[in-house]
Amino acid sequence: MTIWPDLACCKMPEPIIRFNDVTKIYPGSPPVLDHLSFTVERGEFLTVIGRSGCGKTTMLKMINGLLLPDSGTVEVEGVNVSGTDLIALRRSIGYVIQNVGLFYHMTVGKNIAYVPSLSRAWDKPTRTRRVAELLDIVGLPRNFADRYPSELSGGQRQRVGIARALALEPAIMLMDEPFGAVDEITRRSLQDELCRLQQTLKVTIIFITHDIREALKLGHRVMVMDAGQVVQLDTPDRICSDPKDHFVRLLLGLD
Amino acid sequence: MLRAIFALYRNRSDWFLELFVAHMRLCGISILIAGIIGLVLGILIAEHRRFAPAVIGVCNVVYTIPSISLLGLLIPLLGVGNKPAITALCIYGVMPMVRNTYTGVSTVEPDLIEAALGMGSTDWQVLWRVKLPMAMSVILAGLRSMVVMIIATGGIAAYIGASGLGVAIFRGITMYNTAMTCAGSILIAALALIADLILSRIEKHLKKTRRMK
Repeated sequence: MTIWPDLACCKMPEPIIRFNDVTKIYPGSPPVLDHLSFTVERGEFLTVIGRSGCGKTTMLKMINGLLLPDSGTVEVEGVNVSGTDLIALRRSIGYVIQNVGLFYHMTVGKNIAYVPSLSRAWDKPTRTRRVAELLDIVGLPRNFADRYPSELSGGQRQRVGIARALALEPAIMLMDEPFGAVDEITRRSLQDELCRLQQTLKVTIIFITHDIREALKLGHRVMVMDAGQVVQLDTPDRICSDPKDHFVRLLLGLD
Repeated sequence: MLRAIFALYRNRSDWFLELFVAHMRLCGISILIAGIIGLVLGILIAEHRRFAPAVIGVCNVVYTIPSISLLGLLIPLLGVGNKPAITALCIYGVMPMVRNTYTGVSTVEPDLIEAALGMGSTDWQVLWRVKLPMAMSVILAGLRSMVVMIIATGGIAAYIGASGLGVAIFRGITMYNTAMTCAGSILIAALALIADLILSRIEKHLKKTRRMK
């Protein structure tokens, strides 16, 4: 009997995330997502920008199955999200939300080890070691492991949030306006840090933001959304040099 | 008066000790049962909100029945003695537990629940690791008021033949022995105060070690 190597590694590099004609409608209002289709390549840093209510958060929550499409499909690593084990999927995807969502009854160390603890992936020595490593990665002192979130500044909490999302070395990280609530200077250093992290870890990042400068600075590609549709999906350079329509120009402050 | 009370404690120390222990047992069993039922019911209605108004409504109505009449109403069903007394105390005790557990669990910030779900927690893990620990101080406050109330109301249970310090109170009333009534009452008050003190210590300790708000 021939044992075939894992087919996934022999295939052509396929997009890590694929939206196929996805629609999401809440009764009594226009569609949140309106026949949305796009793909994200492995190792890509995609920033998503649009007005409040344009459907960007809904889109993000479909990648880890917190929401499911009414029609169309979302594929992650070639697998349809609607038909898969959502718990396992979510544990394999890093998730950072707006207000960080750190558990204030747990120490920083326990917060960082939260996802591994769900599946008992780490024993105690591994936990101590990995928490220390992750604190290094996000640029926090190791002794922070025993502190509580309430004792940290906003920027430090964001770093813990990122460390928590990175704990099981996910291939994908979803970030929903993670730097929305910190001051300008802290935000800039967090952005630089995230860029560096993304380059060394090669993690695929989908990053939602309100701030066009942030979107252009961080993204390999920028996706502009409006009314549940993609207005333009292109590199920051092309977005700036060739904005597709009035809305994009408005966003760039050109009109 | 005070001298009469202390004389009673001294002369009848065995009897008072017996009543004190019986009172602790009566209330302890009731607190345990009411605590478990209240906690489970509170969690259930917090997870299935559509049942919450009905359950809390029923608890509120039951709570307004005067304790003496609830005890009386239970006699045809359960007879006299400790059994109807424990039942009545449980019925009272469930209310604060249900209300506080429900409030505590259902007011955990939605952001945190979503973070927990989005990271791959099962519903059970969200409940055990996020919701309940965060609701802990509100639940403990409910437990405190329930414990104090049960210990105090437990005194009336002697009216339907239950044991406990109420026996001393009722004997004092029927024999015009005010000192004996006071002696029983003081011990009930002391028991309630001690229980409250212990629980408040636990509450403070939890808040301190977890740096909670």
